[in-house]
Amino acid sequence: MSAEKSDQTQYHHFDGQSLTLDGGGLLQNPTIAYRTYGTLNTAKSNAILICHALTGDQHVAGHNPITNKAGWWETLVGPDLPIDTNRYFVICQNVIGGCAGSSGPATTDPQSGDIYGLDFPVITIADMVRAQAMLLDALGIDDLFCVIGGSMGGMQTLQWAASYPERVFSAVPIATAARHSAQNIALHEVGRQAIMADPLWHGGAYHAQREKPAKGLAVARMAAHVTYLSEAALHRKFGRNLQDRDALGFGFDADFQIESYLRDQGMTFVDRFDANSYLYITRAMDYFDIAAEHKGLLAKAFANSRTRFCVVSFTSDWLFPTHESINVVRALNAAGADVSFVEIESDKGHDAFLLDEPEMFATLRGFIKASAVARGLETGVSDD
Amino acid sequence: MIDPRVAAAGNIATERLDLKLIAEMVPMGSRVLDIGCGQGDLLDMLARDRKVSGHGLELSQSGVNTCVARGLSVVQGDADRDLSYYPDNGFDVVILSQTLQATQRPKEVLQEMARVGKQLIVSIPNFGHWAVRFDLLRRGRMPETGLLSAPWYETANIHLCTLFDFVDLSQAVGLRIDRHLLFVGDRVREGHGPISWLDNWRSTLAIFTLQHD
Repeated sequence: MSAEKSDQTQYHHFDGQSLTLDGGGLLQNPTIAYRTYGTLNTAKSNAILICHALTGDQHVAGHNPITNKAGWWETLVGPDLPIDTNRYFVICQNVIGGCAGSSGPATTDPQSGDIYGLDFPVITIADMVRAQAMLLDALGIDDLFCVIGGSMGGMQTLQWAASYPERVFSAVPIATAARHSAQNIALHEVGRQAIMADPLWHGGAYHAQREKPAKGLAVARMAAHVTYLSEAALHRKFGRNLQDRDALGFGFDADFQIESYLRDQGMTFVDRFDANSYLYITRAMDYFDIAAEHKGLLAKAFANSRTRFCVVSFTSDWLFPTHESINVVRALNAAGADVSFVEIESDKGHDAFLLDEPEMFATLRGFIKASAVARGLETGVSDD
Repeated sequence: MIDPRVAAAGNIATERLDLKLIAEMVPMGSRVLDIGCGQGDLLDMLARDRKVSGHGLELSQSGVNTCVARGLSVVQGDADRDLSYYPDNGFDVVILSQTLQATQRPKEVLQEMARVGKQLIVSIPNFGHWAVRFDLLRRGRMPETGLLSAPWYETANIHLCTLFDFVDLSQAVGLRIDRHLLFVGDRVREGHGPISWLDNWRSTLAIFTLQHD
């Protein structure tokens, strides 16, 4: 395969249209940045929507021009991979509020002609999903063979199944929850306060300034990054190893490798991510609670659902622990939905969903294949 | 975790026959819940031969992962705890194959099965079989037979019963036995009328179909 070096992002400008938001406002003339892989069949029945996580983007596979690295699910999405682009038409959209091309706080407000900043409306996961549905309408895709996503992508997946049950044939929410926990809201608040405490943030109006609130955003990223790992993974990777020195420095330099690693994580993140986007997207996750509009009864959100679900969690994920997935599974069972649930043994924490986890790959391969047979995309001839 | 079915089964041939007979009892195209579905052999058979909408509940993580990779709809869970999350009459058939004796509260499990399903298929190893009785009598120790081979301190089968005991329990929870198949030696016979003393003496395993009274 030849390496594609150019940006494969496509843009859809909804000129003269608006997106109705949960917060009450309208997002005028939204733009959606997205990428596609594979070919849509003539029946338009083989589309898979992949939803990205908090700091992800539309570059799920192939070259990512923002990071200059491979896409974030490169090991999962591609020819002959579990999400096989020889068979399926894969769509990945940058969420609204994001900073990889879709309308967000760093884009221009069509009414004022200025960069939105904090004038961008506060959005929710359901708003993101509504925007994705608008793009599918524009692309003429009535229903999706599958919606897949991890973490915040898993929230969107659940929201898709709840908001548009007739448009979702199968759904794979991974390492996620039906609502953001108090602990997760608390962790997000730490990140937001770090950004807002940076004097260069300028009340969100830093785009008119020379510098960005890089330090605040870096601290937010450092704190968040720890939550994506596990104690075992940190210990295995870093232990108490010292960084470029033989003895403790008795100061506040990065004595330990883990400190140096986190500083590096923070610094590289600010080059690719917008601080205000971080505020908006973490807020959207905090507001997420699918059961809220059903008086706390999650099963009601999925009543009469004909979607096939495969819920996946990881043993060492303490950010979205397995019991959150079990909560979803129980609700789906109570709703009489078709559900599978797999907990994958891994010590890599929340990040496991982005990593090479053979058991997750086997699960997805099996589930997608069985779903394809059920949808008539493949014959039911078994391999054995 | 020991898979109770593996722990209880005498050999693969017996187990396969057990599953095959159960599969034949399931109406075509029905909605089925298999509790303790193991690696999904029965669900796979049901999906292929009986065109059912199959669902599984399995305790062991490796069993669940295998099932899902095979394309079956299975969740990790426990018969004792998780049946309560299923809706009333959500299934046409609920199957519990050689698992009742491994549950914490067999009575509640049967009641929950009766709540979520219209028809129940339950198979149990028979602790009243003559070899079990003789083994206890002769050795004075907890019986270890072909079907029940694990020592008492590590067996998953914590609530073993005889065929008589099972009949009593079914009646106590308001279930009517429609049909029963008895495994006698290497033969399977359709039972007629109530379970007899001889049935309870010579059957190693029995499969019951039950309904609400």
